[in-house]
Amino acid sequence: MKDLLKDLNKAFENKIRLGIMSALVVNEFVDFNNLKLLLDVTDGNLATHLKSLERKGYVTIKKEFLDRKPNTKYFATREGKKAFIKHIQAIEKLIK
Amino acid sequence: MRNKIFRFTLYFKVLFMDKQKYLDDIRDIKEIMERSSRFISLSGMSGIMAGIVALIAAYLAYKTVYTHQDYLDYRMAILNSETIMILLIIAFMTLILSIGAGIFFTSRKARKQNHKLWDRQTKRLLVNLSIPLCTGGILCLMLLFKGYIGLVAPLTLVFYGLALVNASKYTLSEIRSLGIIEILLGLLAFHFIGFGLIFWSIGFGILHIIYGIVMQRRYGS
Repeated sequence: MKDLLKDLNKAFENKIRLGIMSALVVNEFVDFNNLKLLLDVTDGNLATHLKSLERKGYVTIKKEFLDRKPNTKYFATREGKKAFIKHIQAIEKLIK
Repeated sequence: MRNKIFRFTLYFKVLFMDKQKYLDDIRDIKEIMERSSRFISLSGMSGIMAGIVALIAAYLAYKTVYTHQDYLDYRMAILNSETIMILLIIAFMTLILSIGAGIFFTSRKARKQNHKLWDRQTKRLLVNLSIPLCTGGILCLMLLFKGYIGLVAPLTLVFYGLALVNASKYTLSEIRSLGIIEILLGLLAFHFIGFGLIFWSIGFGILHIIYGIVMQRRYGS
């Protein structure tokens, strides 16, 4: 039991951060607006959670201009993917 | 003792509630992965409309090819440049109407679900659908002009099926089985050559209507 809990990642306890990672691991990248639509959250809320994932090194950012409008793309890092998969595996074990 | 029981139930309560939370998490993860990587606004209604258009087109094509002939006698497909022109016009109209219905009902559904219609998922779906579909279309046109009309109906089924299987990775999973059935129908149509139009009506007409109804029920309009 204790071993299982150890593998759970605090960074993914929050629903929004969990959602962000779910979208990023199955896509090459997702931009800010699509993430917002996908998770149905406010700009500020999404930005805060993205920032915290970025600080952990799970997410990287690429800023671009599309038709002169700023467009931010988010990528899951290799570390982020690894940590997320570990988290899911821990959850699956817990449920069993 | 009482204290022990209390702690015991508390432990189970926490464990149970946590389990529910993690089950919810897994469900959310799956849902977001689906929604972010696949095109899911595909409307069942567009399938039903495409099916109806295809049945009408098959009837018109039948009338064109087997014109002025006794129903009971052996019927021969009559083809000259005029009937080929009419067939091409029917085919073109069918294509325009089906695609039009598809775009109309699908964009309506996307709007209702508050999804963006023209995003990366849509583009990826269309590109992967188009590659086998355009190949088949060009091949069929070539064959038609060389006079191999009997091969056209089975080939459209086979290539349409291949296109669906190829595109199914990027949209609702039912599309894959629809594609496989279309391929099998196309192969059968090659075997029973001469009944191409009947297989074509089943594949493009009836199957579209059935799948349309199933999708409509499963995912709403």
